[in-house]
Amino acid sequence: MTNTTPSDSALPSSREQHRHEFIGGAKATFPLIVGAIPFGIIFGTLAEPSGLSIIGALAMSIIVFAGASQFIVLGLLAAGAALPVIIATTFVVNLRHILYAANLVPKVRHLPQRWRVLMAFGLTDETFAAVSNRYLQQDDIRDAHWFYLGSFCAMYGNWVLCTAIGVALGELFPDMTQWGLDFAMSVTFIGMVVPYLKSKPMWACVIVAATMAIATATMPHKLGLLVAAIAGIAVGLSFHMMLKRQNTQPIENKEPS
Amino acid sequence: MNEALLILGMFIVTFGVRYILFAVAGRVHFPAWLSTGLGFVPPAVLTAIIVPAVLIPQGQLWISPSNPWLLASLVAVITAFIRKDLLTTIVVGMLAFSLFRFGFGL
Repeated sequence: MTNTTPSDSALPSSREQHRHEFIGGAKATFPLIVGAIPFGIIFGTLAEPSGLSIIGALAMSIIVFAGASQFIVLGLLAAGAALPVIIATTFVVNLRHILYAANLVPKVRHLPQRWRVLMAFGLTDETFAAVSNRYLQQDDIRDAHWFYLGSFCAMYGNWVLCTAIGVALGELFPDMTQWGLDFAMSVTFIGMVVPYLKSKPMWACVIVAATMAIATATMPHKLGLLVAAIAGIAVGLSFHMMLKRQNTQPIENKEPS
Repeated sequence: MNEALLILGMFIVTFGVRYILFAVAGRVHFPAWLSTGLGFVPPAVLTAIIVPAVLIPQGQLWISPSNPWLLASLVAVITAFIRKDLLTTIVVGMLAFSLFRFGFGL
């Protein structure tokens, strides 16, 4: 990684301090890494059966570095989806990162572009969670980008390593695909969706997306996924707006969650 | 499928989404509806992936108590509601699937 001599902060700060932040970031990310390990291994294992070469799987983890969308792309490849559909789906799945970035903008404004490029590349659900905690706990953010870098390096190293392990396991045990590992993706996503189900609009969104996904399952190029997702988002958002209008008729600017 | 093109395309959209706000780093203010709408993206997309994988696991709509994908998903959903811990849900769901699929031979 680019652990070169720093000279970025306005005030001079010691190397020792940078190292301290870096290690702190890696440590804070550790519990989240444990959850990412099976994910990475399963991705590597499923890559070849889904039609992605070994090099392709490793390159995707190294260059794209986006857990959920990499998984989804395997599903789309296996189903024979077209390239533009795959790219469009990746885009929609990753849209959530723009919310994270919006949150972090005040913390990166003082940094040079090369730091921002690096931090943007490493912006994942896990690093965002770890770094948000760091920003909440300590006001001094002068060296916090080193904390971010530590978290990113830990996540990245783990993700690439686990992909490689998964690819190797897939080679050793070619019949692993018969073990039902593909279900691991569904079950992981179930675990990710359920915590969202806290409001009526969210329930509406998920129910509509589910129904539409079945109704559009026979659409060519797996386009049904995008149609179903957009329908779910539209219904959820409309429902939310409707509730908000009802709730805020007397008082303005009250945001129901 | 050209893998180089695939990975390049994925990189552009992924990095683009992550970097655009950092690049300008100005005062970007999303309208409220857009922020709220983005919040619906992950559950909608993930649901649209899960449901066909579970209900159409082998090319045909299969809503039946003998569908191990469906049964194990229900177990996973219940687990996720009880314990909001991703790892537990994955482990329990996978165990349930192995049990239904290979234990009971469904």
